[in-house]
Amino acid sequence: MQLSRNKLPEPAAHPARRRLTDLREGEQAILEQLELPEDFARRLMELGFLPGSRITAARSAPGGDPRVYQVDGSEIALRAETASRLRIRPARDGS
Amino acid sequence: MSGCHDCSSGCASAAILDRSASAQHTVAIVGPPNSGKSTLFNRLTGLRQKVANFPGVTVEQRTGRARVSGREVELIDLPGLYSLEPRSEDERVACDVLRGRMKGVPKPDAILLILDATNLGRHLVLAAPVLALGIPTLVILNMADDLRRRGGRVDVEALARQLGAPVALVSATKGEGLETVLEFLSGTFGVPAPVELPVLHDVPRCRQWAGRVGERASYHPPAPPLWTRRLDAVLLHPVAGPAIFGLVVLTVFQSIFSWARPLMDAVQGLVLASGSWVERLLPESPLRALLVEGVWGGVGSVVVFLPQILLLFLFIGVLEDSGYLARAALIADRTMARVGLQGKSFIPLLSAYACAVPAILATRTIENKRDRIATILIAPFMTCSARLPVYTLIIAAFLPERPLVGPFLGTRAAALLGLYLLGFLAAVATARVLKSSILKSERTPFLLEMPPYRWPTIQSLGLRLLDRSKIFLRRAGTVILMVGVALWILAHLPLEDGRPVPIERSVAGTLGRAIEPVIEPLGFNWKIGIGLITSLAAREVIVGTLGTIYGMEGDARSVGLQAALRQDLTPGGAVALLVFFAFAMQCVSTIAVVRRETAGWKWPALQFLYMGSLAYAGAFLAHHLVNWWTGA
Repeated sequence: MQLSRNKLPEPAAHPARRRLTDLREGEQAILEQLELPEDFARRLMELGFLPGSRITAARSAPGGDPRVYQVDGSEIALRAETASRLRIRPARDGS
Repeated sequence: MSGCHDCSSGCASAAILDRSASAQHTVAIVGPPNSGKSTLFNRLTGLRQKVANFPGVTVEQRTGRARVSGREVELIDLPGLYSLEPRSEDERVACDVLRGRMKGVPKPDAILLILDATNLGRHLVLAAPVLALGIPTLVILNMADDLRRRGGRVDVEALARQLGAPVALVSATKGEGLETVLEFLSGTFGVPAPVELPVLHDVPRCRQWAGRVGERASYHPPAPPLWTRRLDAVLLHPVAGPAIFGLVVLTVFQSIFSWARPLMDAVQGLVLASGSWVERLLPESPLRALLVEGVWGGVGSVVVFLPQILLLFLFIGVLEDSGYLARAALIADRTMARVGLQGKSFIPLLSAYACAVPAILATRTIENKRDRIATILIAPFMTCSARLPVYTLIIAAFLPERPLVGPFLGTRAAALLGLYLLGFLAAVATARVLKSSILKSERTPFLLEMPPYRWPTIQSLGLRLLDRSKIFLRRAGTVILMVGVALWILAHLPLEDGRPVPIERSVAGTLGRAIEPVIEPLGFNWKIGIGLITSLAAREVIVGTLGTIYGMEGDARSVGLQAALRQDLTPGGAVALLVFFAFAMQCVSTIAVVRRETAGWKWPALQFLYMGSLAYAGAFLAHHLVNWWTGA
């Protein structure tokens, strides 16, 4: 609900180009692209954030930031400022 | 057996003879964070550890010895690694050791690569660069019990064939499967020969390789950790989470006062009994007076606080080993972000509640230089355990215990909590100033792995406490003992007609009176002044110092340290003293470690002056405010 209010113009043009921050708790998506400096993207990839991997949004700190993401068998917490630079596409099954 | 001087009864003599004592092997324990490296290290080495003086997060290099069928093996517990491409200082250290590029550390003869069996897909990625080093390696799949319980499995032999290296399935916490590890350590090391290795710098390829290897070893990942999810539903609940966090903190503070009391009374009884035993045993002489007043009065009054400090470390240990600390860091991240620091600064700052020295070493995990220096500069504001004796002594002397919030929180615990808060606020305010001025930097990305919850093991908690006791008692036996003896002598010199002058006119008394004009506005007299001078070595020394001074005043000794303090300090002075200790950087070890970590005198000097001025100003203000309030 809050999502659509915050960014009206963008998602309409690219319905598939969503960010990781758009996921609500319990939702899943496939990671498409990491729009981050190379060395930090590398560290995220080492932790399982590889393009093509399935990510589930889990619990968060009070206020929704940072949020824990389940990826490749682990749970990793990211701040919204980082998660918003990970592009996702919808997972075929599930939500 | 002639060459074997320290062979305990359990060691096999035959093995000693054919593998001579000179064949000592260095073995590195390598693994990703949260794979259970330290637990395995504790299991293998037990009490034969050289923990580089400080417990806590494994940033400092820890070494230990294990004796396996007669062979002496030196084990090095390396910091956690995600890959062999380091991004932070502690990762760089680990990589340098593995490549034999670390000065003073021999290149390891073998590696124990420890991976989490419940998350093998991702953890196997690290096996590629480690096996490629060409060093004999045992791949240890840890958490075997977890894997089984949650319905996962792996074919160990097939995995060993794929990796071209021996594989052991163990549970370090339960001690299960360790015989394979010991067998490896005592056998002949073979160089690994994996079936295939991926292109090492390509993370996606490495991950695909790990997936293939896992598949060929019929790896079935376990079901998600149900209990962790259930616990997180409560502990990370938007309302219950922070509330529980607060409750945990309150419990720690309340128990430091109430639970530790019986133990402290017992230690106190022991100190008093042994002191009067010495007094009865020796004839009246200056030596007896030195022992009773200098040693027992000085060291004894500090040793009493050991139970409190151990209790604090027990709590920190449980929080860290159970996995709750990562959740606490998550909850606290927003607050840290608001003052311009990152969540990663939280863990060093939290361990600064134990001691600033390991906290400053733990800042090596922070990649950003400016963030790291800012964290180093504010760490000594966090209330370390050396302040605890000072705080509890003064609080207990001046504040009567009354229940404040039902049975949960008494006035004394609340006062202590207030002092912890004061230090925290000073740290936060300082961070804010630093990060918006001289240490401004881009915000660094934050990521934190949430490990599954685990029961802390008695062994690892026990080792922490033992370690801490050793450090505390060593300090009591060296620094505090020496200050106590030196102070006693200075308090008896010069001699007049072969008899010591009254303490006010002694060397120590003269020193205290020399700085009295400076500290009088804070409500301190010359006795406190002597304590302030000696506490520059370490904060808790002031307690020993006051113990010695009052020990020499016959009538004060009979009423005890608390009552003696009440005669010497007004309530305003007492509050001022608390504030002074909350802010001032009275710790030689911290200054030394800051100098080492920042490679120069600039930062420690700045820090000492800043904290000192803040302490003086704060104490001045507190003294006058309390006096005005009480109408004194």
